[in-house]
Amino acid sequence: MSVARRSLLLFAGLFVLFVVVGWALGAANISLLLVQSFAYALVALGLNIQWGYGGLFNFGIMGMLMLGGAAVTFISYPVNAQFWGSEGPLMLGKALMALLAGFLLIWGARRADRLGIKGKWKSFVTVLAWIVAYIVYRSQIDPAAAYIESAGGGWVGGLGLHPVLGWLFGGVLAAGVAYVVGKICLGLRTDYLAIATIGISEIIRALLKNMDWLTRGTLTVSPIPWPTPLPQDLQAQGVSIADSFIYARLGFLALVLIILAIAFFLVQRAYGGPWGRMMRAIRDNHIAAASMGKDVTRRQLEIFVLGSVLMGIGGAILVSFQQIYDPGSYQPINHTFLIWVMVIVGGAGNNWGAVFGALLIYITWMISDPVAQAVMNAISGWSTDIGWGGIPEIQSRASQMRVFVLGVVITIALRYAPRGLIPEVVRREA
Amino acid sequence: MPVIELKDVVGGYGGAPILNGVNIAIEQSDIGVIVGPNGAGKSTTLKAIFGLLRVTGGSIVFNGEEIQNALPDRLVPKGLSFVPQEKNVFTSMSVEENLEMGAFTRTDDYRPTMEWVYEMFPVLREKRRQPAGELSGGQRQMVAMGRALMSQPKLLLLDEPSAGLSPRYVLEIFEQIVKVNKAGVGILMVEQNARQALAFASRGFVLATGKNRFTGTGAELIADPEVAKSFLGG
Amino acid sequence: MNELIFFFNNVMIAGVVLGSIYAVGAIGVTLIFGILRFAHFAHGDMMTMGAFVAFLLMTAFQAMGFTTPFLPTGFVVLPIAMVFTAIIALGIDKGFYAPLRARGARPVTLLIASIGVTLIIQGLIRLFFGSGTWSFFETEQKQLIRIPVPLEGVTRTINFTQPQLLMIVATIIAVVALHLFLTRSRLGKAMRAMADNADLAQVSGINTKLVVRVTWIIAGGLAAMAGTMLALDVNLKPDLAFNIVLPIFAAAIVGGLGKPFGAIAGGYLIGFAETAAIFNWSVLARPFAGSLPFELPATVAIVPTEYKLTVAFVILVVVLLWRPTGIFKGAST
Repeated sequence: MSVARRSLLLFAGLFVLFVVVGWALGAANISLLLVQSFAYALVALGLNIQWGYGGLFNFGIMGMLMLGGAAVTFISYPVNAQFWGSEGPLMLGKALMALLAGFLLIWGARRADRLGIKGKWKSFVTVLAWIVAYIVYRSQIDPAAAYIESAGGGWVGGLGLHPVLGWLFGGVLAAGVAYVVGKICLGLRTDYLAIATIGISEIIRALLKNMDWLTRGTLTVSPIPWPTPLPQDLQAQGVSIADSFIYARLGFLALVLIILAIAFFLVQRAYGGPWGRMMRAIRDNHIAAASMGKDVTRRQLEIFVLGSVLMGIGGAILVSFQQIYDPGSYQPINHTFLIWVMVIVGGAGNNWGAVFGALLIYITWMISDPVAQAVMNAISGWSTDIGWGGIPEIQSRASQMRVFVLGVVITIALRYAPRGLIPEVVRREA
Repeated sequence: MPVIELKDVVGGYGGAPILNGVNIAIEQSDIGVIVGPNGAGKSTTLKAIFGLLRVTGGSIVFNGEEIQNALPDRLVPKGLSFVPQEKNVFTSMSVEENLEMGAFTRTDDYRPTMEWVYEMFPVLREKRRQPAGELSGGQRQMVAMGRALMSQPKLLLLDEPSAGLSPRYVLEIFEQIVKVNKAGVGILMVEQNARQALAFASRGFVLATGKNRFTGTGAELIADPEVAKSFLGG
Repeated sequence: MNELIFFFNNVMIAGVVLGSIYAVGAIGVTLIFGILRFAHFAHGDMMTMGAFVAFLLMTAFQAMGFTTPFLPTGFVVLPIAMVFTAIIALGIDKGFYAPLRARGARPVTLLIASIGVTLIIQGLIRLFFGSGTWSFFETEQKQLIRIPVPLEGVTRTINFTQPQLLMIVATIIAVVALHLFLTRSRLGKAMRAMADNADLAQVSGINTKLVVRVTWIIAGGLAAMAGTMLALDVNLKPDLAFNIVLPIFAAAIVGGLGKPFGAIAGGYLIGFAETAAIFNWSVLARPFAGSLPFELPATVAIVPTEYKLTVAFVILVVVLLWRPTGIFKGAST
């Protein structure tokens, strides 16, 4: 069976699955699932670029999603007049200047050899520059943060711009961070890169969770506006409450699908083109590619940044859709490993596979809970009948079941379909 | 009875076979040398004997027993040892520990064997506490051979023991090999220094494209004008 | 003087405690890397699992009326928990990693497989224990040890808990035992040999499958120990050790992957660095507050407590950039 036919069958099966689930859960729920799963598909596409094309092991997807969320919150949330009327902006401006000055200092120290400072002394000067920059920045940001949180309106608020701008900014922000991270970490071996990216995403989480002045931290920000009409807007126009949710979500879904389609088209084209061929050459044989004069690190940096852009946009879309930004709700399991399972099960290196995996795994993830609950209820009823007593706390147990299911799914996939359900098509290029 | 006999061995790493019918037979008293151009399957032959690649045809009989595709941890106790060409010592471990690892499959007291190895290579006794990674190339080769001898093999397989050594050490290593052989260990080795190695070989095998081209005693092969012309550089 | 004791309690003692946990965890990571050449990402969850095994054993012991007068029951059952966890670790290898190795999968596939193991272990723990926290000291008292310092004007005491003391003793025993095993026993040497050069180990006739099994037994046992020690110090929860997987890997990498003693050094380095980084250094300067030309801030910490995690990461990145194979020159693939 050709890969194309196989993919067609799998997508048809997936469609049936969505219809069945939709029939069981109702149109409002399935439209919610669809929006989220297509947003995840965008993120999975990002990981597919990094891992499938480039062989880069990114364990820090969660961080990129969080950055996207923070970006869209900042761009699209209404303006906080109290903050802008206080001393806050000025103090933040100073902190920003301090940060820039710090970077300049470090940049200067790294060029200290031009002044004749070499070897050990240069390292010493560089370390010193880092320390000074850090102290200068902290001396400005700490009071600014304390002031904003107490007297300056609590937090900076948003800019009140269109959410789609926020999504784009999410991509830009993720790209910026990915560039810095990639510069530092991409020379590392796979295992080291995995650990380093975990570290970075944990640091991003710690920052966004604790920078209350910027993100309100654990206090969470809501409601974040939608780019498309909200159910409430439709209700105001006389649509019934039940229908308003479906139509509003379908409207949002249409926008997500457009973005996904554009991203997919671009990524797919790049894959087939010379750039994609070179990436695969680098992935499959690092050393040979380098000896052929390819700038391996440069190409890997490109791919890392590109993948992160899609992750940032996807993360922003998810936050917009949920209307709430809660840095405390991000977990590596839900936001990093879930994506990995999607790409591995779908087929690393194949964009159709990544999208397929995202849809399949997201729906599996979401229905594991009710299915487990139904199964447990049945077992519990049976065990009560025969006198063993029922299962306590079924609801909370069932909701944990999906983590287990996810683990089983990836294990089975690695064992029986190690290249994924829609595997990469290896073309012989003569 | 030959200690090892390869009959029409065919094998490779899964793709097209690299060995297309290799025939080798030597006695335990022999020093057998396999020579041939690059890519002829010399090292591959040794690896095939030692179970490191898949043999798909023919037979390998060691000491009267068919052993094709048996793994090293079964072959070593039967009396077969292998010294790879590169990375053939445990660099972070002391010389003595390297020797001990050679005796891993033994359950009896291996100290007499270690004494015997130290007598054969006295320099190793001096350096026995040093990490093997700190030794010179020639000394490492001795550690590697010593390690292989610790299992008291009947046959020792050596993959280019002289590779990377300066000419002075090449001769020394060959002398050591003869000494080991005199002590009753059969030798089957692959050599790049073909002429030098054939000079003291009792059996020589010239391989090309995975097949035997010439077989004879070392002296016969050196004397054969065709071998000399095609494989020994004139 | 009081300030110095405060420093000792908060940096030195806390650092030793944290460092011991990191070190014992990192040994397992580094051994598995040395033998199997992949970063066993599920190691943190193996630690959590070990702690839950100890917790179950303790509950069972207490239910049977078995109590110990001096030691916490959770600590007494530790050896049994280590045995059980070692057996589970062997089972995990057989069920998840061995089939992939048999197929000749690349190490990175094993790394991905360890995500699956992470999810399954966490899922099972949450399924059976819920996502709340559990304490080893519901029925027993966690004893606090206070040592007064016999100096004039000193009111503060040197404080630590009994589990902390026990954990340091246990760590020392484990490290000495591991050292003897690796340098004196035939199997231990074979393990080092395989970590040094796996191909040559195979050629030497070393039973590599046996070595792999021993590695999992040791890694599993030590994981149970590290997890239980952590749970005795704080509380038991499903993501107990998952959250410290970063410092543990940092310790293993900083010490040089594949080097057990490097991992120990790395563990303590990171443990001390973390406690020192979040320590309020302003306390130490307080006695001189009057003679300083500027006003002393109330808190002067290198990083705020919430960002403790960044310390391990910064050390990791600096070491990787400065010496990519770790301070003690670790293995490379």
